[in-house]
Amino acid sequence: MILDQQDLTALWVTLKLASISTLLLLVLGTPLAWWLARSRWRFKLVIEALIALPLILPPSVLGFYLLLALGPNGPIGGVVDFLGGPPLAFSFSGLVIGSVFYSLPFVVQPLQNGFSSLGRRPLEVAATLGASPLDQFFSVAIPMAKSSFITAGVLGFAHTLGEFGVVLMIGGNIPGSTQVASIAIYDHVETLEYAQAHALAGCLLLLSFVMLLLVYGANRRYSVVTP
Amino acid sequence: MTSIRVDISVQRDDFTLEVNTDIALSGVTAIFGSSGSGKTTLLRSIAGLINNTQGSIRVNNVVWQNETEFLSTHRRGVGFVFQQPSLFEHLNVKKNIDFGLHRAKAPMSPKQIQLMLDLMGIQPLLNRMPWQLSGGEQQRVAIARTLVTNPNLLLLDEPLAALGDDQKSDILPFLTQTFKQLSIPVVYVSHVKDEIAKLADHLVLLESGKIIGQGEIKEMFTSLDLPLAHALDAESVIETEVTDYDENFGLVRLTLAGISLHVASPPLTLGSHVRLQIFARDISIALEKPNNSSILNVIPVIIDSLKQQGKSQVNLRLLVGNSVLLSRITRKSALQLNLKPGDSVYAQIKTAAICV
Repeated sequence: MILDQQDLTALWVTLKLASISTLLLLVLGTPLAWWLARSRWRFKLVIEALIALPLILPPSVLGFYLLLALGPNGPIGGVVDFLGGPPLAFSFSGLVIGSVFYSLPFVVQPLQNGFSSLGRRPLEVAATLGASPLDQFFSVAIPMAKSSFITAGVLGFAHTLGEFGVVLMIGGNIPGSTQVASIAIYDHVETLEYAQAHALAGCLLLLSFVMLLLVYGANRRYSVVTP
Repeated sequence: MTSIRVDISVQRDDFTLEVNTDIALSGVTAIFGSSGSGKTTLLRSIAGLINNTQGSIRVNNVVWQNETEFLSTHRRGVGFVFQQPSLFEHLNVKKNIDFGLHRAKAPMSPKQIQLMLDLMGIQPLLNRMPWQLSGGEQQRVAIARTLVTNPNLLLLDEPLAALGDDQKSDILPFLTQTFKQLSIPVVYVSHVKDEIAKLADHLVLLESGKIIGQGEIKEMFTSLDLPLAHALDAESVIETEVTDYDENFGLVRLTLAGISLHVASPPLTLGSHVRLQIFARDISIALEKPNNSSILNVIPVIIDSLKQQGKSQVNLRLLVGNSVLLSRITRKSALQLNLKPGDSVYAQIKTAAICV
């Protein structure tokens, strides 16, 4: 086995981070995307631009601001500290919060597109058949936007899996806690351990590829990347 | 429910719908008008699908909406058939139909449902997905999906407009029959006069967002003050009863106010009621009963009113019992015969021109 214990731990931290973040993103992103798709509020575009920021912002910039926000004197870290919570910077919880921010557009945008392309008609039909708005959402909107959920989940997961800059800024590089696979690979290369870098990089490559294959296979009628 | 009180205005960019009326909730009420007259907007307002509707809608003193209250669509107990079938793409036909069934307060009985699905030819389609159906099949399923919920009020928005002619002629007789059997009041929006002539009991005429006429279909089709009687294909609608069948000649004898009419038709159930559509251009006028004519249907009528159309034609509104016929003749003939309101004359209808 080329991968040592620390590499396996890094892989495990990565998968755990990606899973928890994706789950949180789907739970938080769905109502947000639904609102964005349906709202006619004039200043909606401000929210849309904010959500899209991580797409173009250098990860180090995003990470820097998140570090300040999560610190004991920052708005998020301060509140958690005041409530008696653990420090967030350089912790796994901090990484999850950071991931939710930087993967937000990858989840919200496909969902928003999916909900928008439904149009109002299926919901109107459901209403005339006696379905309440909540019932319409769960029995019509969500099942009809299924492919968008798969896309959003995969993109959110994959993007979290591959993040480097933000993680380095807010999580540091603590083995077993905040060291993720992408950073472990960097460490191996720095210390010229190419064999181990190969193994870990291969793992991520394979994982990403298999994931996309599964999605394309399960969802042949749709494309994974929506415009 | 007996009537729905609508007093609303809906403002769009370049269009205002302003309606203040009572719509009878018995039989089939058709809302008729050209495209852009606001008929769909009116129907959607009744269903609660337009939330910027100003004014009030009440059904038998139950407020559906006014300045302060708004009853959501799913609480109004209305059924709505859209122009596009709009089946739920993620559900098969059976589950589409079950969707409304499971949410309805007083749905059709399983026996009624079986009967209806048989009648509409939906049984063989139950396990198919919507995309495996033709447009006509999809719309039949959409209509069935609404009917099984047994709504208090059935609203249909040009349900045949998106279909081909073949599919239309499939569904139309079914709708006629269903509306007769169900005791559900129906409001039916269309811009196709023929559909309305076959389906409707009452008519609301809409033009540029305003009601220009409202009443029984026989009155609306023949009133010389309304545009329908002056259309190129103006027609009258009369209710008759089947009294006889002439095997020899293949003619059905119908009775209208005690007078016999002959139509070419396969045998019909004796005593059943048949609605006839007769185009104004197929009725001519004679002062005396002609003896040597190929025309079998000669009916004594009284001229109710007449109105010139263009330079060369005159429309006549003719009374026979409770029924009204519409005739279009040349102005020259009208002058030669010296026709005026109150005259007793004979209406001659070519048998071959009557559609059953």
